[in-house]
Amino acid sequence: MLNDFFIRALVAGIGIALVTGPCGCFIIWRRFSFFAGTLAHSALLGVTMAVFFEINIAFAVFLISASLAIILLQLQKKTKLPNDALLGLLAHASLAVGLVILGFLSSIRFDIMGLLFGDILAVNQIDLMFIWIGGALIIIILKIIWKPLFASTVNYELAEAEGMKPDRANAIFTILMAAIIAISIKIVGLLLITGMLIIPAAMARNISNNPQQMVFLSVVGGLLSVVVGLFSSLEFNTPSGPSIITAALILFCFSLIKFKKYSELKK
Amino acid sequence: MNKNNKKTLVKVEKAGLKINGKSLVDGVSFEVRQGEIVTLIGPNGSGKSTTAKIALGIHNNIEGVAKKFTDKIGYVPQKISIDWTLPIRVIDFMFLTNDLNNEQINVALNLTGVEHLKQKNVSDLSGGEFQRVLIARAIAKKPEFLVLDEPVQGVDFKGEIAIYELIKKISEEFNCGILLISHDLHMVMSATDYVICLNGHVCCSGKPHVVAQDNRYKELFGDRASKVLTLYEHKHDHTHSQDGTINRKQ
Repeated sequence: MLNDFFIRALVAGIGIALVTGPCGCFIIWRRFSFFAGTLAHSALLGVTMAVFFEINIAFAVFLISASLAIILLQLQKKTKLPNDALLGLLAHASLAVGLVILGFLSSIRFDIMGLLFGDILAVNQIDLMFIWIGGALIIIILKIIWKPLFASTVNYELAEAEGMKPDRANAIFTILMAAIIAISIKIVGLLLITGMLIIPAAMARNISNNPQQMVFLSVVGGLLSVVVGLFSSLEFNTPSGPSIITAALILFCFSLIKFKKYSELKK
Repeated sequence: MNKNNKKTLVKVEKAGLKINGKSLVDGVSFEVRQGEIVTLIGPNGSGKSTTAKIALGIHNNIEGVAKKFTDKIGYVPQKISIDWTLPIRVIDFMFLTNDLNNEQINVALNLTGVEHLKQKNVSDLSGGEFQRVLIARAIAKKPEFLVLDEPVQGVDFKGEIAIYELIKKISEEFNCGILLISHDLHMVMSATDYVICLNGHVCCSGKPHVVAQDNRYKELFGDRASKVLTLYEHKHDHTHSQDGTINRKQ
């Protein structure tokens, strides 16, 4: 039984997996997963803003996540607190503020569970447009900044010395992360976006030996997770986000088994 | 050497860097021209790497001026560590900042003697092997300005000589300006055009044989170092190893 809403969710999920695959690789290479999680937590504030001002959710989430990234940069200059403390502070403060504001907006009926964990019923035509156009833009921009971003991931000073302008690439990548969170919130849910970004990429690392291969396998893993996750979400009536992430986790476990066998063969 | 028709590649004037109020280097001035090898020597923590990074424009809050007149730059950093999380083969690493064809990659890897490692994962290489790959990557695109921060660390003795010979060859054949940081005083004195002795500031500088006679240099490195070097200045047909063995050139 394939309904319209389900096809929409599937198309949306596939679009998201195509984007989170390559970006997820960079996030684990650069040890950005906590940062991505912080941006995702702030998405709730973005959603409340969207409801309050009656604007598109993805757009509002993008604005809030991007501002949060800028606030983080300013905080890093103002205080000597370690990075993880600042990230934790911002993640939970923005989540709390978002929930408080949501409490004030009691007149509006709101499905908070769907927001936190994803809801395949919620995807409409406009969301699809945001996901596919936004996703295509993210991929194109990532392709353009790939070389400087990758070089600065390997070694910042080397990239800077050889004229790759790593600062610019890094700043653009931060904006891309905010954009990914914005487009994936409806399907995956804000609490689980980091999982969608890093689990397929982590799975891919176990079974690849060069960067291109890892990106490719990360995309494949993400696609499989989305398809399997969404079908089981429909079948068992579970929230879509946790179903997708559970599917990704199972793939990750398989990659561990394969990895062991492969290295034993080499011995 | 006629300095007038050699293009200046990098010019550093009265440059210094302070981090959290602590001065790392201060008042450093020098130039690197085409086909010239300039060497920075000095004890640990004397600001050699910092000076090289200033010349490369990596530090942007410096005192004084550092100007680059070329975009074709190759850099071998003192330390580079690649995490396991990032799967990268030697061949992927060669493409890091340049678009190269297969031939250019093979030639460069061949020059540093590591062509057979092309498909190997960078994290599987030994320190010396990785160092050779780093040098190969830096020279693959025939840079105009090359910065080598202790390029032979971890490289075996035989490879060390080969790499120093390669550095000299690159400077001559590619007409490339080289800024070298080295602890090997034999190399410094035999192959360099200009020596800068650093100790937080420029302690003394000039042609190798001039610096070797400088009292400030002798204070920094000891009298013995200077004797070995002056002695060496007169014999250009061989190189010395650290244990004193003589390696004659063909």
